[in-house]
Amino acid sequence: MPDAAPDPYTTLGVATDASAATISRAYRKLAKRWHPDLNPGNAGAEARFKVIAAANELLSDAGKRSRFDRGEIDSAGQERARPPPYEHYAEGEEGRRYAGGASPPDGWSAAEFGDLFGTMFGNARRPAGPVRGADQHYTLEADFLDAVNGATRRLGLPDGRTLEVKIPPGTSDGHTLRLRGQGGPGRDGAGARAGGGDGDALIEVHVLPHAFYRREGADIRIVLPVSLPEAVLGGAVEVPTPGGPVRMRIPAGSDGGTELRLRGRGVPAHAGAAAGDLYATLQVVVGPPDPALVAFLQGWTPVHAAEPRAAMQTEGA
Amino acid sequence: MIGIEVVVATLPGLQRADLERWIGNDWVRPVRQGEAFLFVDVDVARVRLILELRDELAIGEDTLPVVLLLLDQLHDLRRGVRELAAAIGHTVPEPHRAALAEHLSRLGEA
Repeated sequence: MPDAAPDPYTTLGVATDASAATISRAYRKLAKRWHPDLNPGNAGAEARFKVIAAANELLSDAGKRSRFDRGEIDSAGQERARPPPYEHYAEGEEGRRYAGGASPPDGWSAAEFGDLFGTMFGNARRPAGPVRGADQHYTLEADFLDAVNGATRRLGLPDGRTLEVKIPPGTSDGHTLRLRGQGGPGRDGAGARAGGGDGDALIEVHVLPHAFYRREGADIRIVLPVSLPEAVLGGAVEVPTPGGPVRMRIPAGSDGGTELRLRGRGVPAHAGAAAGDLYATLQVVVGPPDPALVAFLQGWTPVHAAEPRAAMQTEGA
Repeated sequence: MIGIEVVVATLPGLQRADLERWIGNDWVRPVRQGEAFLFVDVDVARVRLILELRDELAIGEDTLPVVLLLLDQLHDLRRGVRELAAAIGHTVPEPHRAALAEHLSRLGEA
């Protein structure tokens, strides 16, 4: 059972013989006080306005009013369905574009409420106790060989300081080095430096690619060009490695694509990790045209017919 | 997103010329797309608000800017307080929240 609907004349505060103009004036006066859009967050006002609007709905319509006066209808059921108040939208994210200032703020800031919360957030930024300094992030580009072998580099900071950065051997691309105490200054309770400990400098190392070395974990790969005689006859060749050139024997009859391994000649041992290997993939280089070679090949009948593309042959190809 | 014709058709008593004038006054800020305006929910609700203030509450268009300015500032403040409350809910441990609630309830009694 709904509550007995209030008498609309009482609600609007008008006499039962009030003129339409009087009723309209009375409604406006009450609506200005209780309209939900003028009372955001006030559920009491919203409920009260509903009753006022219902009373107006009934009494401002001459036909309904006379039927009510004759007792044919009661004052219930006159409420108009109202869409959600403007507040429903205005206080959400989309309401920001109607923010009061000249330009809508991008987000929440204590400054918006400077007079109310300024002190509180001012205090929050500088709490009483010691505070550790902030970590600061930098990036450092390292040459391939510096990252493999380790190196010391100098890094100029935006604040004018210079950091000596030790790049340890075996550093991989994207590795972050932490320099303790080289970040933002900490404060003690009185605002002096260092009470809470300085922050760290975090340096992300970007390893630049190398002209012929490729790294795979602890191993290093190169493509090693060899001459036709070196491949066919074999022999010792000099191979570059990160630790310096090393002589390596090419077995006689090596073909292009043969992979030879130099044990322990990859990334040097570091921080408990064993040294990696260097893998050299042979690439046979024929070299500039040579009439003697041409003459030889023209008169040459191979013992085994060469079918270098055998593996590529597929049905229907 | 709806166009200006739909907004005018949706709200009885609204003339297109009124709405165009309100946009010109910067009371309503739909998204402009070339020559057309696109209205989202908050824009339509605001048009309805202005219409009710003018027609039902008889607040003339010379007074409306004052009402809108105060309302907008009220909503800014309420949005900010809401966000502050949410931030407290997310960052402040429970015993402190309870102490805060108790302190606030005592303010009302004074």
